[in-house]
Amino acid sequence: MADADGRTAVEVIELVKRYPKRDVNAVDGLTFAIREGEVFGLLGPNGAGKTTTVGILTTRIEATSGRAMLAGVDVLRNPVAARARLAVVPQRSNLDRSLTPRQNLTFHAAYHGVGRGERNERAATLLKQFGLEDQADVKVDWYSGGMAQRLMIARALIHEPQVLFLDEPTTGLDPQARLFVWDRIREMRERGVTILLTTHDMDEAAALTDRVGIIDHGKLLALDSPANLIKRLSGQSVLELTVTPAPGDGADALIAALVAADGVDKAERVAAAMPAFGPGNGFPGGFPGFGGGGPGAGAARPSAVATMVPGAAGPVRLRLYLTVEPATMLAPVVSLLATRSAELTDVHIGQPSLEDVFIELTGRGLR
Amino acid sequence: MTDLILPLRSTGSSARKAFLAILWRDVFVTGKELWVLLIQVALTPLFMLFIFAKVLARQGFVSASYGHLLLPGIIALAAFLTALQSVAFPLVMEFGWTKEIEDRLLAPLPTTWVTVEKLVIATMRGLFAAAIMYPIGWLVLGTAPWRPEGIPLLIVVLLLGAWVGAGIGITLGTLITPAKISIMFGLILTPLMFTGATQYPWPTLDSLPWFKVITALNPLTYCAEGVRAAMVPDVPHIAPWICVVVLVASSAVFSVTGMLTFRRRAYR
Repeated sequence: MADADGRTAVEVIELVKRYPKRDVNAVDGLTFAIREGEVFGLLGPNGAGKTTTVGILTTRIEATSGRAMLAGVDVLRNPVAARARLAVVPQRSNLDRSLTPRQNLTFHAAYHGVGRGERNERAATLLKQFGLEDQADVKVDWYSGGMAQRLMIARALIHEPQVLFLDEPTTGLDPQARLFVWDRIREMRERGVTILLTTHDMDEAAALTDRVGIIDHGKLLALDSPANLIKRLSGQSVLELTVTPAPGDGADALIAALVAADGVDKAERVAAAMPAFGPGNGFPGGFPGFGGGGPGAGAARPSAVATMVPGAAGPVRLRLYLTVEPATMLAPVVSLLATRSAELTDVHIGQPSLEDVFIELTGRGLR
Repeated sequence: MTDLILPLRSTGSSARKAFLAILWRDVFVTGKELWVLLIQVALTPLFMLFIFAKVLARQGFVSASYGHLLLPGIIALAAFLTALQSVAFPLVMEFGWTKEIEDRLLAPLPTTWVTVEKLVIATMRGLFAAAIMYPIGWLVLGTAPWRPEGIPLLIVVLLLGAWVGAGIGITLGTLITPAKISIMFGLILTPLMFTGATQYPWPTLDSLPWFKVITALNPLTYCAEGVRAAMVPDVPHIAPWICVVVLVASSAVFSVTGMLTFRRRAYR
């Protein structure tokens, strides 16, 4: 795969994995490439084939067919050379509990052929960088989940891998630890380490990755930057209104009038209107999409809310699909409704997030 | 099976370094937790020796010379059992639960070499256990057979016996899940311990032909018989060359099964 802006760090070509005694392929002809120095997010529902794909790339699972290249090495033919160039931070701690945290780092470095003086120095630097200096020589068992995660990232970095695999690196961490891990990931990107990240946290993927690949049933469904993926999804943002039409006016007539306005692509009536419980998207029954908070969405989301009118007859909820920024449509919509004497009781601005893209591509069914 | 063809020349030196490093890790951890190993391995043989050769002899149920027959068997048992247990238990936990072994599976060396490293460290632990059993046995019994000219044979059969134990240990450790660990050790270890000619010489089993056959199928028998041939040749024993041949064959077989099951566990 030719890339204008750099060499390829990881390449997967027509990769297939079928586990014994299964009738479907866990990975089914997967092809994608990750550029050098890129943070690449691999997203997919449980059982989509993420873990298997990463397992093959990290030499722990044998592929049924296809090719997997990592830092110029054929992973399937030369796993030993591949191992020297990669590092894995698993989701669950696999730290060596017979060793201290510092020894976890130095022994790992030794496995990778780093000389004694060099590895002690690197371990000291990393322990400091990851805020583990003061607890470098205790029992690993005493470590909290966040500390163990930091130590595993430090361990992954000590042999200076070219490609780093992070499996749900912040699952179960407190917000402080998560931000800390995010900062370290950004630092690694600046140092040119290629990172493959698997996560279920769409905010994390949107915040950290240069590109994401969304896979399901072992196949690639989409691959682009989070921003492009979101843009591609129906191309717009939405405005949701709870309106009580004036006596003699109907919801359908209102919709017709709203669609006629500039900047409105489409309008539809959604589930029966309920009293607004305040700002935000806390409607229990509603919002099939556009509820999530991608980057940037959070700022725009909780929006103007008019006072609720208890007992008002016949409020309807309308969703307007816009071709322009939702904020710019507020004034025209409000004046249009005013001319028709319709009463506006709630306004909600929704912007699609990566989560919406994900749900759109992989469906709402539970796995 | 690409793993077996490797390492290429470029990865050969990294694989050698990695092998030595993971071996050093195990030696280091063994040293750090030596008392755990001692308790784990020495206690069963010690009590066996104490009850059978000391208590029963003092009460007159067995002859005083039984100690000299039992001690070589106990030394063989210590070598075999220590090698087996000290690799099987950790492997069950590391593969099934703690996943600690992953860091070594991701080191730049062929997976087969990781298995070989496990064989080496387990054999070393087995030899260590055999070596400390002798002075302990001497302390318990107040006397112990001493025959310098038997030492070369002694070392060979103990080394091979420990190697067989290590191979069986790796095979079991990579086949068994943590949930089944107690069943396995009850079902496999106890029969192995008591059908291995450690407490009785195999050639004297003529009155129990079926048991003689079962004992002949246990590789531990050949280790115990070999140790007796080296230490107390007056006691009837299987010819040393047979012991060595069977032990070499068994260690080859169980090394291979260990490598295969280890590989199956390490790779999916």
